[in-house]
Parts: sequence; structure tokens; C-alpha cells
Amino acid sequence: MSSEDLQDTDTEARFEFKKKESSAFQAEKGLTEETIRVISEDKDEPEWMLQRRLRALEQFQEMPMPDDWPGAPDLSEVDVDEIVPYIRPDIETRGGAENWEDLPEEIQDTFDKLGIPEAEKNALSGVGAQYESEIVYQNMKEQWEEKGVIFCDMDKAVQEHEELVREYFMTKAVPPSDNKFAALHGAIWSGGSFVYVPEDTTVNMPVQAYFRMNSDGMGQFEHTLIIAEPNSEVHYIEGCSAPKYSAFNLHSGGVEVFVKEGAHVQYSTVQNWSKNTYNLNTKRAIAEADATMEWVSGSMGSKATMLYPSTILKGPGATDNHITIAFAGEGQDIDTGAKVYHNAPNTKSTIESKSIAKDGGRTNYRGLVHIADGATDSSTAVECDALMFDNESTSDTMPYMEIEESKVDVAHEATVGKIGDEDVFYLQSRGLDDDDAKQMIVSGFIEPITEELPIEYAVELNRLIELEMEGSLG
Amino acid sequence: MATLEISDLHAEVAEEGGETILQGVNLEVSSGEIHALMGPNGSGKSTMAKVIAGHPAYEVTGGDVLLHIDPDEFEGVDIDDDQTTWDLLELEPNERAALGIFLGFQYPAEIEGVTMVNFLRTALNAKLEEREELFEDEDEETADGGDTNEDAAGYDTSPMEGPADEGDVGVAEFQEILAEKMELLDMDEKFAQRYLNAGFSGGEKKQNEVLQAAILEPSIAVLDEIDSGLDIDRLQDVSKGINALRDEQGSGVLQITHYQRILDYVEPDHVHVMIDGEIAKSGGPELAEQLEDKGYDWVREEVYEAA
Repeated sequence: MSSEDLQDTDTEARFEFKKKESSAFQAEKGLTEETIRVISEDKDEPEWMLQRRLRALEQFQEMPMPDDWPGAPDLSEVDVDEIVPYIRPDIETRGGAENWEDLPEEIQDTFDKLGIPEAEKNALSGVGAQYESEIVYQNMKEQWEEKGVIFCDMDKAVQEHEELVREYFMTKAVPPSDNKFAALHGAIWSGGSFVYVPEDTTVNMPVQAYFRMNSDGMGQFEHTLIIAEPNSEVHYIEGCSAPKYSAFNLHSGGVEVFVKEGAHVQYSTVQNWSKNTYNLNTKRAIAEADATMEWVSGSMGSKATMLYPSTILKGPGATDNHITIAFAGEGQDIDTGAKVYHNAPNTKSTIESKSIAKDGGRTNYRGLVHIADGATDSSTAVECDALMFDNESTSDTMPYMEIEESKVDVAHEATVGKIGDEDVFYLQSRGLDDDDAKQMIVSGFIEPITEELPIEYAVELNRLIELEMEGSLG
Repeated sequence: MATLEISDLHAEVAEEGGETILQGVNLEVSSGEIHALMGPNGSGKSTMAKVIAGHPAYEVTGGDVLLHIDPDEFEGVDIDDDQTTWDLLELEPNERAALGIFLGFQYPAEIEGVTMVNFLRTALNAKLEEREELFEDEDEETADGGDTNEDAAGYDTSPMEGPADEGDVGVAEFQEILAEKMELLDMDEKFAQRYLNAGFSGGEKKQNEVLQAAILEPSIAVLDEIDSGLDIDRLQDVSKGINALRDEQGSGVLQITHYQRILDYVEPDHVHVMIDGEIAKSGGPELAEQLEDKGYDWVREEVYEAA
């Protein structure tokens, strides 16, 4: 494989190139039982996992596309019958490219523009990532194993922590029946992370999994399962903050988080997908009594994204906080938000959503807050702010509030603004040029997100947005 | 020594059928001088300030705004003899800032999420960089506008603060400059970590404008109603800052004001009265006192009689 083969950034051309590699599956059009069996066998999975996959496949085939929602992104190009042939090439490239030079130029360029050092580039891009990640895992393991913490590849977890996985995997938080793409995910999921934190244990450094997103072949359907036992604490960070090279046009991940009594989990992600990707994920947490769940996410790239991390506040006193940021440029439809179910008294939630739209892009906040009858003394505060660069871009807000209990405190606030000429002029009059002035305003706008993230992620998020604004990401 | 020379300046609101506001302004401000520009509401004072700084909402339809600079005042930049006069109307707002024009706003923008310290250091470095580019570009066409990979070197500090080594003035050095200037203006050091003007009181905003002028060290500072809405203590602080601009940095100040009040603390060398988009009358400090006593109508009458 030479870089010349991949230089053409035209989606079609890349797809064609990948197809050549996928001759094994060429004959298999559409998602079939046979395909699922091959995946499962390839992974040497136990019978119960195969059965779950097959059941999910049935559900996927029965469910309709979510195309009847008001203002839903156009998914008509997502051809389910084309999905399976897309899997094989990724298996072929498992382990990533062997050399930095073999990576597509656009990826190399992006890393250069991000100012990421070579070693980190290799890890991020998946070059030698398995080697790299082994080392990283090893170091982490020694420190945490003594405390009983588990952090490993999800495929490996199925083998080594079978009982835990069997109990929690797509049974309680995200059943395949949740939505069509959760079902698809259940059928063909692969890779991802497994995190288990025992009772009364605090993992005081963030558990990071960005380095392995590309290395693990079918990462486009990765599954993340986090189990935090009572009174434990962990901050998990997932994602790759560089654009993905992918012949796939569909990413459908699944995230399940179990926050037991008094535990505290923060899940942070900064993800940037190639502009031909449909990013359709299902992420859900279940928070028991006095537990705290925090979602921090930056969604960049993709042609269309539908992503609404959700939390079920199951026990009294549970808390949920969401901070999300979305960026939509030309031809992009980023439909994100949050869902919270207050199912117990004294539960609290906050949702802070920020979006930026530019060059005709569309952002939409789609949120649902449900306060069940009997969830007394609960409170929720939703704030969505949209920033637009021009008159071609659009931003919508669709907050749904289902309040079945009267003794609650509910607040919703939404602002939509254009980057103000007066603000830009003010900064220009102080010496910043037009681009730097706008960049500074956007950096300030997303500051609530960046301050929640470890510094490397915050820096990369800032740089990514800067590059998006310059229009220099492909 | 820099001189701002405005001659026969005409400007209108930049939209179809936009109202004509400036109708032939003539004014000259040199560094080391304080000029007070007074006049009734709607006479064009703020418009003129914005036109000098390059606000896109106004279109200049005639006249010149020139800046004559003294090469010796630009440290570290080689300036040829033919680069001492600049036509500001041909420059972007940030290029005007780089040459030493500062506009103090009556209603400064509030920028959330951007700390004062980060903003001011970024502005100072941007100004220094732009300044080099302005003179380089004139010098030789081959001059490189700057290496785009330069700022990709990574960050040592908080991401919101930018790379530690970017620009001429580093983080530590800047902290010192800022602390010193804030002390001069009796500003609480907590200001440095607050977001730019966000949640500032009217008085704090005005003080902040003067602080910015103190840090950016302009050759000509145009201060638009910097005294409005200030209590007496804050007025004194702001006045102290304006005097320091002239006395310690040698800036020229064009101070737009409605009231005689601030002129008790900042004594102008020249006072001008703007009426209907023109400088109707100029004089010394005594003119301000006359205006205080008699209002603006007598100036208007005088002008019409002369016409």
C-alpha cells in the first residue's frame, strides 16, 4: 500500500480502493446471519455472544430508520445493504498501517497541523498502536491491578471477564431494541473499552482510550462498557481528536455506563470524523442512589451526527451533568443533545449545550428531560447556546420536557447568536486580525468544555476548531 | 512623535441610502497632546472615532486620515524614510492598531471565556507581529508573512493562554507588565483572570479600556466618552490613567466627552466642538468652560452667522 493510492480524498475513490481489499466479502451484500457468524468466529466468542448478535440482527432488520423525527438529519444515503462489505477492509488493516508514511496524506497533514509529536502521532493514527498500547496497558495494569481495576479491550473482556460482560453487555442500559442503530451495533460491534472499578476505589488519573481507536480494526462499531461499583470514582476519556481515515461511511458506537451507589463517573470524548461519515451512536448511563454521572463531549466532523447521551437517574439523590459541543461546517448536519430520566426523588441534572455553525452547516439541540411522577424535589436546568458565523448556517433547538411531578424545579434557557460584528471589531481594534478575532470568540465560547478536559484534549479541541474555521481540514 | 491628520473627512452609514454623518472634519492630534472633542448628541463624535479605527459600519466618502510616525519610536523595526506616512483608510483595523491607533470604546464588547490576561497578551503580540509585517511588506515583496507551522509547536500553559513561547512577549514577562499597569490604575489583580468585560460594571469597563491603552502603548488614543457613567472615585482613577498615557508614554489623546467634569482632572491642550459632523470651533481649555456655562447653541449660532 503506498500513500499515492490513498491520496485522492474523493470518497468514491477511497471506497473503491478499499473494496479491492475486501474481496472476501464482496459476494455478501447486505447484513446476513452468515456475516455475523464469521465475525463472532473470527473473535472466538462464546455462544451466548453469538446468540446476542443474531438476536440484535433480527431486531435491526425489523426496525424502521429514524427518519420520521422532526428535523432529523437525512439518512437516505445510509444504505444498510452496503454496510457489511465495509467491515472486512478494516479487519484487513487491523493493527493499522505499518509505517507513518503509509497513512493517507490528509491524516498526516492533520497531525502536522495539530502539532502533535511523531510518537503521539503514531499512537493516535494507529501506526504500531497495538505495540504502543500494550505498553500503555501494561503500565496502567500494574498500578491498578492491585486495586482490582480492570481496563482492557472489549473483545478481550469477553474472553477474560466473561461473567461481567455477560451480565451487563447490552442487557440493562442499551438493549439492541433501543433503536435501529443500537441493534446494528449489537449485531456487528467490535473493539472498544472495558472498564471495571471495584467498590471504594478511586482511579485518580483519567483512563484514556484514544490511542486505540484506529488500531483496533473495526473500531467504527466500538463498544464501551464502564462499571463503577459503589463509592468508586473514575474519569474515562475516549476518542481520537484527529479526523479518522475511513472507507466506512457509518460509525455506530455504543457506550454503557453503570454508576453504582455513591460512585462518580465522568465520560469525556473528543471525536472528529471524516466528512463522509454518518455518526449514529447510543450512549447511556444508569445512576444509582447518590451517584454522579458526567458527560463531556465534543462532536466534530461527520456528514451527519445523531448523538444524545442519556442518563437514567434511578436512585434518590443521583446527579447527572452534560456538557456538549458541536461544530457544523459546510454540508454537515450535527444533531446532538442529551436525555435525562429522573426516576427517583431528589435527583438533579444540568445540560449545557454549545454549538457552532458555519458555511451553511446545521446544528440542532435535541433534548429530552423526563421527570417521573414521584420524583419529588428533583431539579433540572438546560442551557443551549448556538453561535453562527453567517446567514447561511442554521441552528435549531428542540427541547422536550416531560414533567409528571409538580414538586420540581425546571429551567430552560436557549440563546442563538451570530458572531457579532461589534465583538470582532473590538478585538480587531486591539490588534487581532479578523480570523484571530473570530477564533478567540469561539475559543471563549467553548471554554466551559475545554476546562473540563485534560490539557492535551483541550488543546487538540481548540486546534481542531481552529483548523475547521480555517477550512483546512478535508 | 506621531501625528494623526484628519482632513475634510466625509463619512456615511455603510448601507444603501445611509445617513451622512461626517461632513468635512479637519483635525490634527500629535503625541503628547490631549485634545477634548465635545459636542451635542448625534453630532458625529463617536462616528469619527470609529472611522479612525476602521469600523466597517461606516463608509468614508471623502477626505483623508493620515498617520505620520516617527521611526525612532518603533523599537526593533527598520523603517524607511518613505514609510513614515500611512493612509489609515487603506488599512484593516488591526493594522491601524499596529501602527499605534487605539480606540477606547464607550460600550466595549463582552467576550465570555477569554481571560483578560490571555486577551491582552495575545493583542500585544499580535500588534508587534503585525507591525513587523507592515514594514516588511513595504520593504520587499518577498518577505514571508510568517511561518504557519510556528504556532503548531504545542502549548506549555493552559490551552486558553496559547503557546508559552508564541510571540515576543512570553507569559511570565506579560504577567509582570500587567501587574504593574494594574497597580498604576488601582485595579484589583483578580481582574486579570476575569473574562474580558463580562459582568464588568460600567466603571470597570472604562477602567479596563484605559488599562488596555496603557498596555498597548498607542501613539494616538481616541477615547470615546470614557467618562460617562463613572462615579467620582472611578473618574479620578480613569483620569489618572489618561494623564499617564500622555505623561509616561507620550501618547496623544483625543478625548470625546459630553461633560466638563473630566476636564477638571485631565486638562486638555485643545478643545474642539463638533456640530453637525464638522468641527465648528476650536480653542484652549477655556472653551470647555464656556461650553459648560452656555451650552452648544451659541457655537451653532456663531457658525451660522459666519456662514
